[in-house]
Amino acid sequence: MGILDVRNCTKRFGGLVAVKALNMCLNQGDLYGLIGPNGAGKTTVFNLITGVYKTDEGSIELDGRTIHRSKPSSIARLGISRTFQNIRLFRSMTVLENVKVARHMRKKQGIVDAIVRTRHLKTEEDEIERDAMNLLKIFNLDARADELAFNLPYGSQRRLEIARALATSPKVLLLDEPAAGMNPHESLELMRLIRSIRDEFHITILLVEHNMKVVMGVCEKIQVIDYGETIALGTPKEIQGNPKVIEAYLGGA
Amino acid sequence: MKKWVFWLAALVVLAAMESSLRGLIGAYNYQIVILVGINIILAVSLNLINGYTGQFSIGHAGFYAVGAYTSASVVVYGGPAIRAATAFLPQTAQNAVLLLLGIIAAAIAAGIAGWAVGIPSLRLRGDYLAIVTLGFGEIIRVLILNIDAIGGARGFSGIPQLSNFFWVYLGVLITVVTVHNLVNSSYGRAFISIRDDEIAAEAMGVDTTRFKVMSFVISSMFAGIAGSLFGHYTMYLHPNSFLFTTSFYLIIMVVVGGLGSIEGAILGAVLVTVLLEVFREFGAFRLVNFSILLVLIMIYRPQGLLGAWTLFRTRKPAPATK
Repeated sequence: MGILDVRNCTKRFGGLVAVKALNMCLNQGDLYGLIGPNGAGKTTVFNLITGVYKTDEGSIELDGRTIHRSKPSSIARLGISRTFQNIRLFRSMTVLENVKVARHMRKKQGIVDAIVRTRHLKTEEDEIERDAMNLLKIFNLDARADELAFNLPYGSQRRLEIARALATSPKVLLLDEPAAGMNPHESLELMRLIRSIRDEFHITILLVEHNMKVVMGVCEKIQVIDYGETIALGTPKEIQGNPKVIEAYLGGA
Repeated sequence: MKKWVFWLAALVVLAAMESSLRGLIGAYNYQIVILVGINIILAVSLNLINGYTGQFSIGHAGFYAVGAYTSASVVVYGGPAIRAATAFLPQTAQNAVLLLLGIIAAAIAAGIAGWAVGIPSLRLRGDYLAIVTLGFGEIIRVLILNIDAIGGARGFSGIPQLSNFFWVYLGVLITVVTVHNLVNSSYGRAFISIRDDEIAAEAMGVDTTRFKVMSFVISSMFAGIAGSLFGHYTMYLHPNSFLFTTSFYLIIMVVVGGLGSIEGAILGAVLVTVLLEVFREFGAFRLVNFSILLVLIMIYRPQGLLGAWTLFRTRKPAPATK
């Protein structure tokens, strides 16, 4: 049994079956890639795992706990965090505050603490700030901690999203097209970063990505889906040579 | 310890001003100062929902009314019993106890109303939520019109005058400090994250439902307190004081001052309240003047007079450590 277990999941939107009896199993420490042509259902899978959509059939388990009926915030608490395909940072907050928001749920602050500003609140706020700054340092964003997140260049915004996701102390990190819009140099750096995150934080990473160079370079296991169904599963080498995958991407001969 | 010094000093200053202010500026201006204070409480609390949490509520007058009538009922109907129970105290202390009980009842009742309205806000957004809150405000007003025990359409009279400059501005101080501390804590950041991006907030473990309801409840509790202070100052309540135009003026105060800025809400409350008085001599034209002013502000300063600018940051910005 893996840390994240997707069993026979089906999701329909009206007549369209976006995900069809999908199985996926991630083991602790995996660097797992989920790929497929446009409209294959990758982002739907992400939304099912994070609770944005509810499964019509099947189950999802995190570390043995059923999560597919929980709401997104509870799933985040249980240990799944994500980034978004189209960056969703908190625009009016600074870089530091963005990370702080994600850190809060690992702390206990009562509303009375907040209103009266007790000593307990102050020590916790200091802890949150320290944790957040440490994360920013790893992502090379600490020098811009007090700038509005919105004003960061695109590549830095992507990195900030990953830092924010890590601030929730997740067991599983879901990255939705982290290399989208990055130049080759930036994607190379990103690959290095993803690998070091996995090793340093001892987490499991699930990656959706269009940039094949990134996927093949960073993932150890790859699952290919098309029309919501798995068509291949294996190491990057195996996937590259798989005729079904080539057909799905390039069309049948 | 500094906190105690601050509050003690505040009490002394407020008490000193209460005893001299009316003589200094006259009864008419004194009344405007009181009204400004009540509107500051209302605007700052409304800002919590509209400015920080990003939910559009235009039913604040409803919570204000719930507080005003609840407090007045408690004091009018429960007053004799409370006075009998506190007969050993001097008259002023009795009055204070009475007022505080009224304020607490008002805050609780308005908080419950806020909770009831907060529930639909989970499913509704933007315009739809605005319509629900508008409807709520009107329902409250019509209900009051039809309850004879609190005066109905005649208005509720015979309310003892218990509040004054001291109490109103103590309320202002408590409201401002509470809201300021709240928005500068994890709660405030959770509120703002909902305003900025609800889906991302939820993904980062912010229980958006819980925080939205919380902001509604806290905000309406303060509106209830404002209602209590208002009723016990004017000694008379009428449903027409809680028309939806009242809600509208409150929105204007918040928007003119700057959504998401406490100082903005205060400035807006002072400006709107004073201008409404200044324009009084224009009769029916005062609303026209007012509208022109608003249009101008929206054209030249759409983010509000102060924008999201804030005078008091609780924490120093973090140093960029090397």
